[in-house]
Amino acid sequence: MSTEVAEKPAPPKPKQDSFLALFLKNLWSANTVTVTVLSIFLALVIGAVLIVISDSDVLSKFSYFTARPSDALNASWDLISSAYADLFKGAILDPASIQAWADGTGTWQAALNPISETLTYATPLVFTGLSVAIAFRGGLFNIGGQGQAVIGCVLGAVAGFAFSLPAGIHLIVALLFGLIGGALWGFLPGLLKARAGAHEVITTIMLNYVATLFLGWLILQKGVQDPNRSDAISKAVKSTAVLPALPSPLRVHLGIVLAVLVTAGVAWLINRSSFGFELRAVGVNPPAAKTAGMSVARTYTLLMVVAGGLAGLGGAVQVLGTADKLTAQVAGNIGFDGLLVALLGRNKPWGTLLAAILYGALRAGGNLMQVDVGISLELVTVLQALIVIFIAAPALVKAIFQLRAARAARLGASLAKGW
Amino acid sequence: MVDAPEPFWIRERRLGAGITVIGLIATFVFGSLAESKTARFTLSADASGAAISINGQVGAILFGLITVALGVVMLTGRARRWQTLLLSLGILAFVLSFLCWQVAGKFLPLVDTLDGSLEYALPLILGALAGVLGERSGVVNVAIEGQFLMGAFGAALVGTLATSVWAGLISAMVGGVIIAAMLAVLAIRFLVDQVVVGIVLNLFALGITGFLYERLMQPNALKYNQPPKMPEWKIPGLSHIPVIGPVLFDANLLVWLALILVPVIHLALKNTRWGLRTRAVGEHPTAADTVGVRVRGLRYVNVLLGGVIAGAGGAYFTLVSTGAFNKNMTAGAGFIALAALIFGRWTPFGALGAALFFGFAQKLAYYLSVAGSPVPNQFLNMLPYIATIIAVAGLVGRVRAPAADGVPYVKS
Repeated sequence: MSTEVAEKPAPPKPKQDSFLALFLKNLWSANTVTVTVLSIFLALVIGAVLIVISDSDVLSKFSYFTARPSDALNASWDLISSAYADLFKGAILDPASIQAWADGTGTWQAALNPISETLTYATPLVFTGLSVAIAFRGGLFNIGGQGQAVIGCVLGAVAGFAFSLPAGIHLIVALLFGLIGGALWGFLPGLLKARAGAHEVITTIMLNYVATLFLGWLILQKGVQDPNRSDAISKAVKSTAVLPALPSPLRVHLGIVLAVLVTAGVAWLINRSSFGFELRAVGVNPPAAKTAGMSVARTYTLLMVVAGGLAGLGGAVQVLGTADKLTAQVAGNIGFDGLLVALLGRNKPWGTLLAAILYGALRAGGNLMQVDVGISLELVTVLQALIVIFIAAPALVKAIFQLRAARAARLGASLAKGW
Repeated sequence: MVDAPEPFWIRERRLGAGITVIGLIATFVFGSLAESKTARFTLSADASGAAISINGQVGAILFGLITVALGVVMLTGRARRWQTLLLSLGILAFVLSFLCWQVAGKFLPLVDTLDGSLEYALPLILGALAGVLGERSGVVNVAIEGQFLMGAFGAALVGTLATSVWAGLISAMVGGVIIAAMLAVLAIRFLVDQVVVGIVLNLFALGITGFLYERLMQPNALKYNQPPKMPEWKIPGLSHIPVIGPVLFDANLLVWLALILVPVIHLALKNTRWGLRTRAVGEHPTAADTVGVRVRGLRYVNVLLGGVIAGAGGAYFTLVSTGAFNKNMTAGAGFIALAALIFGRWTPFGALGAALFFGFAQKLAYYLSVAGSPVPNQFLNMLPYIATIIAVAGLVGRVRAPAADGVPYVKS
């Protein structure tokens, strides 16, 4: 009789986690997506603190915090929520203008304007970001994206107003000029790195200044400067060379399509082509690549040409799509932002595209925030830098939020290589 | 990547060829463009007083020929011992030839030029010294620019609030240390790529100072952005020495701080226990750890000390130079300091020389644009940058960073 009881040890059910359980378990681990989202969250929190401590009205309410805490907290909350609401409205959509469009009192342009602005700011960043990312994969720091983009702007614009060609062909020629200009500006540090061992961080930074000064000189020259203006501004690019855009006031132009195509091209180049294989090999271990018969010097030079070309194309897209003429500030900060974009995108082409759109969104939203609540656009720079700091130090984010270790340990901090 | 040196074209001959070529350029281009008028190099701060005068065209050709001669001596390959001296003299003669061309028919006040060069060089010296401390112990510091900005901002803000230069100077150092601490923690503790951290910290400092500037200082400049200026002190007696006196002994505290720190750090690196350990940690951390040096601790100390020095360099911008903070007012000086560090081969005296060279190029560009040079001033302003590229690419040869520079140390 007793055997009956012993006979039935319930067979241990193979413990199969449901998809949902597995998903939740992995959600709070240090994987790429979680770390990225938490990095953005942390940056926004620090940004909120900055907003509050820099506002004297709100700060004055904190002086009697112990007596009536609600005053200070409400004022802080109002300020932060309206600032971040503007960030969202300026970048993605504004419910008010959607409502107006539905009622027939507003236009569809107004409803789409935030997205259009985001993509407009994102477009050049895709190119400069890819430029930095591809160089990174080959073990090079291309800090010269700014200078390469400036030269791209210059050659693209000059080709745009100096030549007379049929529409379409003119645009392609102008874009090619920008590409070639950037490639030349990248070739120089690449060559110096390969032949003389000059560190590309220094040479590219210096070439940034040289490019900016050259632009400052060029736009004051006869034949380049707008004859009707006395200030530093060039003639406008001819309409045959302008990137077609959606109807005004929307500013988004064909450049974003080009950006997606180029992203696909760079993804193919890095992951599928033999040059991509070489550059990745050189990036991981130059001596080993050399032993395997690859020319490290040639790879470095070619890589900087490609990286420079991408940034130059970004500059050309900026001037042919958005700016229309050369000014001293035509390239803005697209080269340096490209660095952050590439880091945020973890030096992967599609990641860089997404990161560029996020940065474009921050920038577009920041504009509205500045106009509406009077919070300086510089806050966006702080947010962008903070996001990248947290992304670059996943161990920090992991420690703050007590995340589990990721299953696939692909998120190790990128170890420094030094000079 | 590293080519074996060819049998004939050794480094000295290549440098010699370079010097000969620039000498020929000086002789023919500068010589033919120079006006045949007197160039006066006055020994004072203006056109008056004693002066060294030379006919511009004669001078340009003469110094050009001297450059060629020095280059040819190097080309023979017989004077390898004197290579550095010949190289420096060659560059000096080339610069003099250029000056004779530019100054022909005008004057160049030497005291003013030296004074200005030193002033432009001042933050570069301090920034490069900060870099020396970090990098000799194995932490790459690309964030000098950010430390400058935070220093400049801190000096302006606290200097104004406390109406005291010294409070401003101290908070400038604190500002530098804040960025240095972030750099140290991220690089040493969290092993993040140091060049990446540096660049991002620069942007962070740019953003946060710009943000606070627009929120606090711009609306209320009187209350927040009017720091007192650092006083110039005259040392009685010494300040009357011609040329050197007014430059070195009628100056502010930062100048002396920078000029004293150079030999101090040099000697400390060479002779003290701290210096030996720093170099050991920068070259071979594992070995240093084996004999009981606390590698990470020493790196923290050095990076933070660097932050103090770079922050003081940042104070130059608000307490000495312009007298108010402005967005992105350092305009890349931190990167030039970084270049001076590499140009100076990671040594204090090398950094001093490189910084003075950049300062001179900057002052010269400024002076020539004011004096109405035929060369557009944008091109003159390119001089320091192009000089840096040439210097990093060629003149210093293959510079060797400390072996463990930029490599985080993980105990195994």
